[in-house]
Amino acid sequence: MSHVTMRSGEIQRYSANERTHHWITAILFILLAASGLAFFHPAFWPLTALLGGGSWARILHPFLGVLMFVSFFLLALRVWGDNKIEAHDREWNKRLGDVINNRDDNLPEIGKYNMGQKQLFRVLVVSIIVLLISGVVLWRPYFAGAFPIDVVRLAALLHSLAGFVLILGIIVHIYAAIWVKGSIRAMTRGTVSHGWAQHHHPLWYRKMTGMTK
Amino acid sequence: MASMQSLDVVQRSATTTTPPSVRASGTEVAKLIDISKCIGCKACQVACMQWNDLRDDIGSSVGVYDNPADLTDQSWTVMRFAEVTAKDGPMAGELEWLIRKDGCMHCEDPGCLRACPAPGAIVKYSNGIVDFISENCIGCGYCIAGCPFNVPRISKRDNKAYKCTLCSDRVAVGQAPACVKTCPTGAIMFGAKEDMVARGEKRTADLKERGFKNAGLYNPQGVGGTHVMYVLQHADTPDLYSGLPKDPTINPMVSVWKGVAKPLLSIGLGLAALGAFFHYVTRGRKEVSDDVQRGA
Repeated sequence: MSHVTMRSGEIQRYSANERTHHWITAILFILLAASGLAFFHPAFWPLTALLGGGSWARILHPFLGVLMFVSFFLLALRVWGDNKIEAHDREWNKRLGDVINNRDDNLPEIGKYNMGQKQLFRVLVVSIIVLLISGVVLWRPYFAGAFPIDVVRLAALLHSLAGFVLILGIIVHIYAAIWVKGSIRAMTRGTVSHGWAQHHHPLWYRKMTGMTK
Repeated sequence: MASMQSLDVVQRSATTTTPPSVRASGTEVAKLIDISKCIGCKACQVACMQWNDLRDDIGSSVGVYDNPADLTDQSWTVMRFAEVTAKDGPMAGELEWLIRKDGCMHCEDPGCLRACPAPGAIVKYSNGIVDFISENCIGCGYCIAGCPFNVPRISKRDNKAYKCTLCSDRVAVGQAPACVKTCPTGAIMFGAKEDMVARGEKRTADLKERGFKNAGLYNPQGVGGTHVMYVLQHADTPDLYSGLPKDPTINPMVSVWKGVAKPLLSIGLGLAALGAFFHYVTRGRKEVSDDVQRGA
C-alpha cells in the first residue's frame, strides 16, 4: 500500500482524485435533493430556482440523477473493500451510545471506517439503486409512458421514500463530519492528523504508518 | 388555460395556504351526459376543437368508430364506442351501442390537483371546475398518476399537461360549455350541480320504467362526486362503457405519497437537522485529546 507522508503530523486519507470524485457526487446530490424536495412538498418549491425554475428542474433532475448514480457507484467501488463489516465493527457498534456521547475511552479498535459509516454506505447503495430504477419509471417525457400507471404510482411512492432515506443519510453524514473534529479536512485537503487517525481509526492508522503489515 | 376566475379558487395545487377565494360563488355546476340519448355524432368533439382552437394531427383508422383513438393534448374529449350485447333492458340479447363521451370528470376531490407539485398549475374553482393553469405546469406528469380516470395528456410540443376545462372561460361569463351548446339530441346538459343531479335521477327513473332496470346516475362518491356526470343505462356495470371505473378513488399509493408522506417525511428531515444541531450544542464535538495528539 503506497502512502505519502505529509507534513509532520499529517497523514493522507483521501487522494486528490478521490476528493474530486466525492465532491462531484456531493454537488450532484445537492442539486438533486433541492429539486427533488421541491417536487415533494411545496415548502421546498423555491429550491427549483437553483436549477432555473420548475420546468428546468423537471428537465434536469433525471439527467443529474443518472450522473449521480454513475458517479456514486464508481465512488462506492473505490471504498467497497474498506466497508466490509468485521468482528471489531460489531463490538464497536455495541458501544454506539458511548460514541454518541463522546465517551471514546477504550473503544474497540477499528479500521478505515467505523460501523456507522459502513451502515451509511449500505443505506446509500440501496437507496440510490431504488432511486435510479423508480426514477426511470417516473421520467417524462421519455420513459413513464411505457409503464402501466400503477407501476408509475408505485415508483413515485418509492422514489419519495428512497429520497427521504438518502437525504436523511446525508444529513447524518454531514453532521458526523462536522461533529468529529478534524474530519472535514480529510475531504477538503486530503489529510488528517496522526492523533485523529490513531484515535478514530487505529487499525487503519497502524496500517498507514507501517506499524502493522 | 389561464385562470378565468382568479378570485374564485377553492383549491390550488402545491399550496398550503388559502387561495384567493373572495369571489367564491358557492354555486356548483355540473355537466350531465345522458348516454341513452347519445347518437355518437361527435359534434361535441368538433365544438370542443372549434371553441378551444385545437387541431389534432390527422390520425389513421384503428378499425373502430373512435376518432381520434384516444384523448390527446389536442383532443380534450373523445367519443368511445362500445358494442355490447345488452344483458337487460328493452334490447336484451340484441346488439347495443354504448357511446361514452370521455374527458375530464372534474372530481370534487381531484387526484391530479393533489399530486401536482407545481404551485397553481391546477386549481379548482368554487363552481367545481378543475382547471389546468398551463403556464405554471412543469410537465412532470404527476397529474397523470393522480387521475383515477386516465385523462390528462402531456403535449409533445410544449411538455404541458392538458385536458377539458369544462369551458371555464365560457362558464365564467355565464355560457354553457361548447359541447353542451352543440349537442343535437340534448344528451349533454349543463347547469347547477343540484339541478343536474335531480335531472339525472328523473331520467334514471324514466329509463327504469322503460325496462332499463339497472339505470343510474354516475356521480362516483369515491372522488367526492364529479362535476361531469353520466346517465348510464347499465349503472351496475359502468365497465361496459369503455372501461368507466365502477368505484373510482385516488389510488392509495398516490394518497400516501401526496398525503401523509409529504408532511411527515418533510418534518422528519427538519427534525434530523435540528437533532444534529442540538447534539452539537449539548454533547459538543468529538475532539482528540491533547495526549493522543502529542503522542502521535
